[in-house]
Amino acid sequence: MQIAEFLKKITEASGVSGAESMEVAGMIRDTFAGLADEVRIDALHNVIALKRGEGDPSAVRPRIMLAGHMDEIGLIVSKVDAGFLRFLTVGGFDVRTLLGQEVVVHGRRPLKGVIGCRPPHVLPAAERNKVVPLDDLFIDVGLDAASLAEVVEVGDLVTTRRTQIRLGGDNVVDKGLDDRAAVAAIAECLEVLGRRRHLWDVYGVATVQEEVGLRGAITSAFGIAPQIAVAIDVGFGKQAGVSEDEALEMGGGPAIAVGPNFHPKVHGRLVDTAKAMEIPYQIEAVPGASGTDAWAIQVTQEGIPTGLLSIPLRSMHTTVETVDVRDVERTGRLLAEFIAGLDEAFAQEIAVQVRRLNGRGG
Amino acid sequence: MVLLKELVEADGVSGHEDAVRGLLIKAIEGRVDEYRVDALGNLIAVKYARGERGRAPQKVMVAAHMDEVGLMVTRVDRDGYCHFRPVGGIDPRVILAKAVRIGDEKVPGVIAVKPIHLMSQADRERVLEFDQLTIDLGLGGDEAGRKVKPGMVAAFATDFEVLDEGGLRTVKGKAFDDRAGCAVLVELLQGEYPFDLYGAFTVQEEVGLRGAQVAGYAVNPDVAFVLEGTVCDDSPKRKDISPTTRLGAGPAITVMDHSVICDRRLVRLLVEAAEAEGIAYQFKQPGIGGTDAGAIHVQREGIPSAVLAVPSRYIHSPVSVLSLNDFDNAVRLMRGALARIPEGVFSQRLQGGLEA
Repeated sequence: MQIAEFLKKITEASGVSGAESMEVAGMIRDTFAGLADEVRIDALHNVIALKRGEGDPSAVRPRIMLAGHMDEIGLIVSKVDAGFLRFLTVGGFDVRTLLGQEVVVHGRRPLKGVIGCRPPHVLPAAERNKVVPLDDLFIDVGLDAASLAEVVEVGDLVTTRRTQIRLGGDNVVDKGLDDRAAVAAIAECLEVLGRRRHLWDVYGVATVQEEVGLRGAITSAFGIAPQIAVAIDVGFGKQAGVSEDEALEMGGGPAIAVGPNFHPKVHGRLVDTAKAMEIPYQIEAVPGASGTDAWAIQVTQEGIPTGLLSIPLRSMHTTVETVDVRDVERTGRLLAEFIAGLDEAFAQEIAVQVRRLNGRGG
Repeated sequence: MVLLKELVEADGVSGHEDAVRGLLIKAIEGRVDEYRVDALGNLIAVKYARGERGRAPQKVMVAAHMDEVGLMVTRVDRDGYCHFRPVGGIDPRVILAKAVRIGDEKVPGVIAVKPIHLMSQADRERVLEFDQLTIDLGLGGDEAGRKVKPGMVAAFATDFEVLDEGGLRTVKGKAFDDRAGCAVLVELLQGEYPFDLYGAFTVQEEVGLRGAQVAGYAVNPDVAFVLEGTVCDDSPKRKDISPTTRLGAGPAITVMDHSVICDRRLVRLLVEAAEAEGIAYQFKQPGIGGTDAGAIHVQREGIPSAVLAVPSRYIHSPVSVLSLNDFDNAVRLMRGALARIPEGVFSQRLQGGLEA
């Protein structure tokens, strides 16, 4: 698939946490529909694609779940103030990056706007040395006060705006690449699987509300109850100011996470697959909470063996998030090869081992 | 609006005004009697009275600057990051996570920001200064070093778009300071006047009114008007002293700013023109900002000067907002003022102290 083009389409679509159905969910559903046997949207608006394994469609097969979240961080109108809009954040923004950004206010009709900043000409020196706090920021959509009050209400959502930029190499810049890069990787995986044999049923899920507490992963994993799951998220790409210890190499392939959140057999098999298929990869050490859908999925129902692939990304949670499209493609291909290698033996290997003891005493 | 869009989507950081000048030459060609580009890059066009040189007793100069604020690359490091300093007055707080394009090749880059996840509370409350910010080109050190060199300039990559089609007729884009003035001046050069009209599109205003100084000297007009895109600070604030100007309230007449005390006769002329023609206008709050008039009014033995500006929110940032109503009214008001210039009066300026 044309990954950069697909990324442009879905990252520029709107889908703040809790409002994924505004635009992006439908796009993803349509794309998944062309790549899978069935697609459904659940009660929380997770988009769930099913691509069945080989054999009788009605037979019961082991299931793998792939999860990448489609929600993006955004803003929400808190006050309509004399022709301008005050707002709060939905998800974790560095407020310093908001000054001078362009946005869309989803009022009765979509309104283009900017987050205004006072010009240096009028700023006292004392103010220039301080970060502008969230409650001094405002959105300007260029309407007079009366017209604005007619089209925008408290609670209306706001998305940041960016048009995809192609940087050097294979790097693309956009808002919302966290985590729609993972949705693209899942689509790529499903496409590759269309040309490969696989025995397990594959559930590709574009999850909702990850940024506000992994909520879509909680319900979709419960509903699918897979034998194993792999979450796909973005990881910290190497960039100025980020410690090398925490950073992934841009263009170095997906990072396969290791740590308590991940099942050693899922991790091991992902590494073995990458080696066998000569797909570049790197290892990401995650000592505790991964902060991804994997964290919720692992403890669903009676527990699910879970893995995580991280796509290296720079400037996370800003409007200039940057990924190398080769890493997105490799993530999709690694998932597909991993799935093509899943068999009944691995299902047995990873299943809960029940050892029945003989009757007590005599 | 087509010209304004073209002008603001072109890049012209101070000292690199070529692309903007190219568009302006195209826009005025065939509509003026002559034009020249001087040693610093100012574009000076002349519309002679009755189309003939040496017929009119007066010379009127109208100036607008072509340059915009931007960034200059100071170093490309081993990892391919471009370090930079501002060209003109930019608040470093407004450039985080913005897109830029560098040099004539328009090499795309973004001002990268470390993820919030890896920041302490103290980090988040710290203002990042220019020496802590870099442009990410997505290239390794060697390739970045080949494409981008120290001294190249970066402009903000911002599209021109309409925000409100009716009502305020607001638009957004970069560099309304002062492409708005340039676009008004192109409109004025379409007219016919009883004096010689010199339209000066100046360079390097943002780094110290450099172009206007030599253009003012060379043209040596009897009077000068400077057209600006000026500060409009009308958003709600905790402590509201003044909005400087208000969007949609008409073009702003300067009485005094940091660089000039405007000629009272010319200020009156602008006000009379507005009132006679029923055009909304406002006075800019005194004391804020400076314009080319600061350099022009002290050329030679002094040149009576005044400033008319289109209010523009968020100037000197990646994206500003103006009202096309204010823009159109600035054109009308200037036309009205030029039509009311009394014959011969300002050419007596050497006598000084006139209260016309």
